[in-house]
Amino acid sequence: MSDDRVSEANQEAQEARHADLTALSEWNQARLEDEREDAAAIHVAPNWKLTWWRFKKHRLALVSGLVVILLALIVLFPGFFSTMDPHKSRAQQSFVPVQRIHFIDDGAFRPFVYGIVGRRNPETLRMEWKIDEEKKIPITFFARGFEYEVLGLFTTNIHFIGVKEGDIEENPIYLLGTDRLGRDQWSRLMYGTRVSVSIGLISVFVSVFLGVLLGGVSGYYGGVPDLIIQRMIEILQSLPAIPIWMALTAAMPRDWSVEQTYFAITLILALIGWTTLAREVRGRFLVLREEDFVMAAKLSGATQSRIIFRHMVPTFYSHIIATATLAVPVMIISETFLSFLGLGLRPPAISWGVLLQEAQNLQSVAIAPWLLLPGLAVIITVLALNILGDGLRDAADPYSH
Amino acid sequence: MTQYIIKRLLLLPLLLFIFSVFAFFIIQAPPGDFVTSYIAELAASGSSMDQAQIEALREQYGLDQPLIVQYFRWVGGMLRGDFGVSLDWKRPIMELIKERLLLTVLLGAATFIISWSLAIPIGIISATKQYSFIDYFFTVFNYLGVATPTFMTALVLMWLAYSYFGISVTGLFSPEYVDAPWSLARVIDLLKHLWLPALILALDGTARLARVMRANLLDELNKPYVEMARAKGMSEWRLVLKYPVHLAINPLVSTIGWYLPMLFSGSVIVATVLNLPTIGPLLLRSLTNQDMFLAGVIVLIYCFLAIIGTLISDVLLAWLDPRIRMEA
Repeated sequence: MSDDRVSEANQEAQEARHADLTALSEWNQARLEDEREDAAAIHVAPNWKLTWWRFKKHRLALVSGLVVILLALIVLFPGFFSTMDPHKSRAQQSFVPVQRIHFIDDGAFRPFVYGIVGRRNPETLRMEWKIDEEKKIPITFFARGFEYEVLGLFTTNIHFIGVKEGDIEENPIYLLGTDRLGRDQWSRLMYGTRVSVSIGLISVFVSVFLGVLLGGVSGYYGGVPDLIIQRMIEILQSLPAIPIWMALTAAMPRDWSVEQTYFAITLILALIGWTTLAREVRGRFLVLREEDFVMAAKLSGATQSRIIFRHMVPTFYSHIIATATLAVPVMIISETFLSFLGLGLRPPAISWGVLLQEAQNLQSVAIAPWLLLPGLAVIITVLALNILGDGLRDAADPYSH
Repeated sequence: MTQYIIKRLLLLPLLLFIFSVFAFFIIQAPPGDFVTSYIAELAASGSSMDQAQIEALREQYGLDQPLIVQYFRWVGGMLRGDFGVSLDWKRPIMELIKERLLLTVLLGAATFIISWSLAIPIGIISATKQYSFIDYFFTVFNYLGVATPTFMTALVLMWLAYSYFGISVTGLFSPEYVDAPWSLARVIDLLKHLWLPALILALDGTARLARVMRANLLDELNKPYVEMARAKGMSEWRLVLKYPVHLAINPLVSTIGWYLPMLFSGSVIVATVLNLPTIGPLLLRSLTNQDMFLAGVIVLIYCFLAIIGTLISDVLLAWLDPRIRMEA
């Protein structure tokens, strides 16, 4: 090997290294700029954007968010997601088992459910149902079914899922089986979701209103109003919530309409629910009152309501949203058990609690375990809202880390 | 310390007064007085009362008096140990609730013991083995524990026991002991039945407490004194159990304040599903049958249990944490 060659190789290696180094430094430069841009973006990002960035990192909370969006759709359009009329009872078809949807038929995407055959047990004289694998009922999306109202605006008969041919009443499909009176549980669950979830949402809404108002007054003004409101909260919080709710709902006149009971329950639940929020809001106000920006606003002559709603409230509304999200499941469970005990909503109203009342009878559950399925809806909903609320709460404080 | 407790005790009568007004309001809430509903009930079963009898009943319960007088008659009676008579059961209320109250408190105590003895080890394991499989497992368990309504757990367990093992898990006594006088055999029978409802009720609390315990312990484990003890060669388990766990339990005590009331009032639903002889199902029955005096007394008892719970937690906290004693 000659010296020339060695030096040539050396030079080549050096050049290559040089190129590498430039590339590296360029890459470094770019990354630094990116970082600087990121940092700049973080500095100017509004509060909600920071919250969203942090929230996005929490995968489970994102999934929960999707579940909650789906729930919201069901709450808005229960008729669309139902397959059959939820109020219609079919005496001949009580306790029909769950008909699972099969998507693949002979290797092709042709969703169908197996039919059912009933046979009367000669000893107990009860109808016993079996899945009939001979008979396939093809199903389709956006099928025609019973008429329902959309948000009280117009009526339609298009449903998300339905049978492909013929009338659904003649070829019934029971995705979650039927109850004692032969009513379709799936559709009842959809309508129950609307009632139970919306009661939770509305009562939390009322709680938030009361909590922010009273907590704000308490924290901002201090003094005598603070003292009175704090004692009120302490007394309400030391009340045993469940017996009180039971007593108050039991005192509702029996001849009230479904709507009246609905709103009464919402108010009864909110009556105790606002205290936690009021405490939270009060604590925030106490801290914020001393902040420089509040003083600055005060000195530049801003009105009190402007200071409260324009300067103070926006700094903690993400906390309010997180706390409110965590309060919704509590309300939902409360409504469910009240109706379950027969004190809340009563049939013909449909709510999760009313549905689960059917599962109170052990004999019925032994014959038809699917009567317990509405409980699963409660668990999934509460789980999703709790995880979402936790994610929001963690994300609500963008400067904490 | 004594001063602090006395201060708290002095508040007790005031709270009881407020709650008794509240309970009285509940008694009065349904439209018409209970004699009216009693007459309606009699009429439904075919019999009737003449006007003189009705008036006598009204007078006996002081229903012809103004509300204030009625209230003081009611409270005065209770202070003398006379809780009134349940119209539904046609028995003195005291007699009805005596044993049920004992069983309610027993069930609460059992639930409390189970939940704490589960939650603390779970919290310790999750915190010391953070982000391990077992930590994730318990995290999922905690989320599920909070999300599952206790009555759902009760319903599912009842169904499983009934359809797969053919046994009934309702009640707190075997049939032969239901009306038997107290004896050792009856206590043993009670313990045999008590653990299942107590466990069902404990799951919810366990999940919440374990989460608090884990978070508290994680805070402690990152402190310099732990590092120091490790550097000195202290064995890991002894170290964790002796110092950080000790400190992490303190904030847990403050949860008793909300946990005890939740425990008693939360048992209403499970007790109804499992048909336990506690005051919960009695409250439900009295409310549905508009037996309002019984309902009022039971609500008041729940309020009382809630106050006692808060009191116990305050005293315990003051005992554990000198800062609270100083402030008060």
